[in-house]
Amino acid sequence: MNPIQNLSRREFVTAGAVTGTALVLGCSLGFKQPPAVEATSATGPEFSPNAFLSIGADDTITVTVNKTEMGQGIRTGFAMLVAEELEADWTKVKVVNATANQAKYGFQGTGGSGSSRSAWEPFRRAGASARVMLTQAAAKTWSVPESECKAENGFIVHSSGKKLSYGKLVEAAAALPVPDAKTLPLKNPKDFKVIGTRVKRIDNPAIVDGSAVYGMDMRVPGMNFATIVHCPTFGGKPVSFDDSKAKAVKGVRKVVQTETGVAVVADNTWAAMQGAKALTVKWDDGPHAGLSSEGIRKMFEEKGKTPGLEAKKTGNFPQAFEGAAKKVEVIYEVPFLNHATMEPQNCTAHVTADSCEIWAPTQFPNFVVDQAKRITGLDPSKIKVNITLLGGGFGRRIESDYAADAIEVAKQVTGPVQVTWSREEDMQHGWYRPASYHVLKGAIGADGACLGMMHRLVAPSIGGQRQPDGGKGIDGMAGIANTQYGFPNFLAEYVRANTGVPLGYWRAVYDSQNGFVQESFMDELAHAAGKDPFEFRRGLLAGSPRLKGVLELAAEKAGWGKALPKGVFRGIASHFAFGAYCAQVAEVSVTDGEVKVHRIVCAVDVGTVINPNMVEAQMEGCVVYGLSAALFGEITIDGGKAVQTNFHNYPVMRIKDMPKVEVHIVKSEEAVSGAGEPGLPPAAPAVCNAIFAATGKRIRRLPIRLDE
Amino acid sequence: MAFTFTVNGKQHTCDVPPDMPLLWVLRDVIGLTGTKYGCGMGVCGTCTIHLNGEAVRACLTTAQAAAGKKITTIEGISANRSHPVQQAWMEEDVAQCGYCQPGQIMTACALLAKKPNPTDAEIDDAMSGNICRCGTYQRIRTAVRRAAGTPKAKSAKGGREE
Repeated sequence: MNPIQNLSRREFVTAGAVTGTALVLGCSLGFKQPPAVEATSATGPEFSPNAFLSIGADDTITVTVNKTEMGQGIRTGFAMLVAEELEADWTKVKVVNATANQAKYGFQGTGGSGSSRSAWEPFRRAGASARVMLTQAAAKTWSVPESECKAENGFIVHSSGKKLSYGKLVEAAAALPVPDAKTLPLKNPKDFKVIGTRVKRIDNPAIVDGSAVYGMDMRVPGMNFATIVHCPTFGGKPVSFDDSKAKAVKGVRKVVQTETGVAVVADNTWAAMQGAKALTVKWDDGPHAGLSSEGIRKMFEEKGKTPGLEAKKTGNFPQAFEGAAKKVEVIYEVPFLNHATMEPQNCTAHVTADSCEIWAPTQFPNFVVDQAKRITGLDPSKIKVNITLLGGGFGRRIESDYAADAIEVAKQVTGPVQVTWSREEDMQHGWYRPASYHVLKGAIGADGACLGMMHRLVAPSIGGQRQPDGGKGIDGMAGIANTQYGFPNFLAEYVRANTGVPLGYWRAVYDSQNGFVQESFMDELAHAAGKDPFEFRRGLLAGSPRLKGVLELAAEKAGWGKALPKGVFRGIASHFAFGAYCAQVAEVSVTDGEVKVHRIVCAVDVGTVINPNMVEAQMEGCVVYGLSAALFGEITIDGGKAVQTNFHNYPVMRIKDMPKVEVHIVKSEEAVSGAGEPGLPPAAPAVCNAIFAATGKRIRRLPIRLDE
Repeated sequence: MAFTFTVNGKQHTCDVPPDMPLLWVLRDVIGLTGTKYGCGMGVCGTCTIHLNGEAVRACLTTAQAAAGKKITTIEGISANRSHPVQQAWMEEDVAQCGYCQPGQIMTACALLAKKPNPTDAEIDDAMSGNICRCGTYQRIRTAVRRAAGTPKAKSAKGGREE
């Protein structure tokens, strides 16, 4: 939907929102509000315009960001959008996080690589409105035609040379009518001065001096510290507990039961953790105590034998397969994965008889509001959710279980309380990337032509886990059903195979495994066809010029086909996800069974780029997150529990494993797309395809184990 | 038990158990939250601080072991973020979420204090105890090299640490 059409004068904050000496402006994000969320508005059920920008008499420009910062750089990126259209002095720009209020700020959930896409127009429009009004205010003050005034680096400048800073014009500007949104001039991209440049992260200073406030750094006067132990078995609950030893720990104040666990409240987190270790809890293990990785795998294998729901069909694959000169039939498998954010789950809450205030490192503040409503029974107008910085999100903090813990504990104690999970709790009570099982078939003609492929995904449904019947229909086919390759015959099927393991949205979600499988299998098909893997892909991408473009760019920059140092081999992969196109070439060597990734050349087309430095950072991060999973990542299930507990048995990439990552961004004026996830899917298959080139061994099961 | 801690040049007397990790003394008792909790078992490096100039894991350093020694945290390595490592971190836009970066910076500072011009392998060796899930490793390498090339990087002039 185009927000321009939805903006009316009424939707802009005008004089009504001017308080004191600040000009406050905002605009509709154009999101349709679900009724439940609308009711959470602190300003009542009627439409309340949101405020993204305020300018103070001291020239300070405050941009209110309605999405969660978790390292992707949106606090900087959104402010850049405002500053561009406002002609702001960047040194005067400050950023604050919105509190949870979707009626005011629009959809606040941060995920799906969607933040920049959602902000692109509204935040520029907020800046442009202010610029127009400030210009008019100056013209009026000087009694000169508006056409003789222009905005420049925080000032309105008259052609005579006189000028007034924005702060000086705030009061006059606030008295003016808001310009008609439809005629509001937005800059031509060729005139951009801020957008497209390498503006440094606005949060850098606070990060490097330790003053940045993450969830766990919240300090509220009078607060206590707590930790919680949940039932080790997924879905289990506490029945009773003996806290006599816990209470003997110095500093422990109280032990309380919650829906899913037992929490120890103390003077400090350490005392709480010592108390938690001293607890004896009787658990009701619930229905999932028999779950194991092996059992789940067998279930997948069984379900994979029969056709699933058809998600995409082109031509007639079974017929093509029947008549193929070469047939490829293989199985791919990937495990459950934990997000393992560096900051373990935590939340701070203060609940009284008639109020609830929460400080949450959350990607979806609306879910936290829902938890608070459910647990406290308070009216939404009495609930305030503040959003802190996140020590990593990657989808883990879409969930709100940690907030429920804090609210439940806070309800049972006097004063604010911060509930911090141990790393072990975090590792064993994740919302895991679904494990999956993939049945692949490929057909190659006698002339080496690709006749087509079939991909049957057998996986549990993330969306279905919260439905009583496990849900119905197709899920998890992103990265398969929307393949960019022009296969003459193509069949994509989904087989729902639910388990009791909690599932979450792990960076790139199903594209994380589907991209690995599709692109590894493409390599298998290329070899079966006797073709170069790059040329083979290229030949099937006539219908997707942008994916073809990044594939060619990655190949060119990597020197595809050119000589490499002895023992180093290349692999290539490309993938379309979250609106962006990405291709990667990996350079890998295998020595004594050890895989070493030397270099990743990444070409990406994310459409219009707001800040190339941050797109590059996201690509680097995607490569590391994807390769951590490919090289090491596995959560195994035994007795209905996650086996892994901490980074010693859930290893992740470290600096010594880090390849050189070169990012090449396609210059584009296409619409802004996502950048937080699209770089992840190609990393693992590029590396695995290089391993095949090096060793002849095809990796069909992650994590990579050469001896398997 | 009362212990006296000298943190960033300032003395704090705290009544804490002798086996309480310095991490929690700093964060929850003294109120310096720049030092982060990551794993509690010394495998992620997020809580790295300096004890008498050596990079150590605050989650494994007991109150008793730290008392009486010179403790430096991220808040104390410089006034106004002037330490060459902090400067380099900002110049290279190293941080993404930033949660692990205080620990990374503390490790890098200790490395450069000992080896003013580390090789790439020495950088990787020294920094391999610090996990970053956002994947900022490449920029960490570049920033350490930049900091090493900054005049007076070795003495960290302007900071409170020798």
